[in-house]
Amino acid sequence: MITWLKHAGAFAYDFVIGDDWRGAVVVALALAVTALLTRAVHLDAWWLLPVAIVAVLGWSLRRAVRAR
Amino acid sequence: MSALPLVLTVFVACAVEAVEALTIVLAAGLTREWRSTFQGMGAALAVLAVLVAVLGPTLTLVPLGALRLVVGGLLAIFGLQWLRKAVLRASGHKGLHDEAGIFAREVSAAKAAGTAGRRGISDWYAFTLSFKGVLLEGLEVVFIAITFGDSQRDLPMAAVGAVAAVIVVAVTGIAVRAPLARVPENTMKFAVGVMLTSFGIFWGAEGAGVSWPGNDAALLVVVPVMALVALAYTALLRRARPQGASDRQVPAAEGSAA
Repeated sequence: MITWLKHAGAFAYDFVIGDDWRGAVVVALALAVTALLTRAVHLDAWWLLPVAIVAVLGWSLRRAVRAR
Repeated sequence: MSALPLVLTVFVACAVEAVEALTIVLAAGLTREWRSTFQGMGAALAVLAVLVAVLGPTLTLVPLGALRLVVGGLLAIFGLQWLRKAVLRASGHKGLHDEAGIFAREVSAAKAAGTAGRRGISDWYAFTLSFKGVLLEGLEVVFIAITFGDSQRDLPMAAVGAVAAVIVVAVTGIAVRAPLARVPENTMKFAVGVMLTSFGIFWGAEGAGVSWPGNDAALLVVVPVMALVALAYTALLRRARPQGASDRQVPAAEGSAA
């Protein structure tokens, strides 16, 4: 059972997150900060997530190319 | 948002996955035995149908804001993964996805494997190869169709896009009886990466509480901007490639999305 759960977890991780976990962390952080700014400060931060994704994509690509 | 972008996005994304599943099914069927191959395919489709029947209606019970936050976040992460690989492939830093190469490798492995039967299945290798291939690629189809359909509160139209893609690819595959190597799969994957990331950004931010300028029309800006960014990164990475390096037409890694 534990082995099966480990396999399922590894599959889910590879399926959604893939080769670079940093993208997932940045997306989660950007969504949390967007929600905080929008709900607590009433700042309509619609631009935050796109900017974060463009930045993390560039960062991830740079790391991938340097690693090859 | 009208149903057309939803159906088209799901159609293209699901067609890419269906082409990959078809390659594996053909390799199993043509080199091993069609009966066991179809049994494997049928078993995988049954598992996928149960998943859709359970997950699809269940997710519609979740409030739209929370659903879009979670689904948007997942789509953005999933789309980033696709886009990253697509840019690396387009810029020559990663081998292009090559259905003919993958087919040749699967055929070679299928010919070398034993022919033992198990649990009433006459060719266990053909069954498991077909089952795994259809299930793994099908999971991506299900993920995309359910996330798009539920976020847009239009699961039937998303299902239409997904089923149409699977039927078109299956009929074409039966007609040509060969892997669909001429399908511009790498270009399609690039486009799908852009669409998944863009919809993820749009729904994720909406779920976090923002109001997009222009409401749904903002997608008409987000999608082209993400496409331009991806193309710009591709051009930059092409320039950064060592002199004399050529595009490698090698099979892409298996077992991972995109």
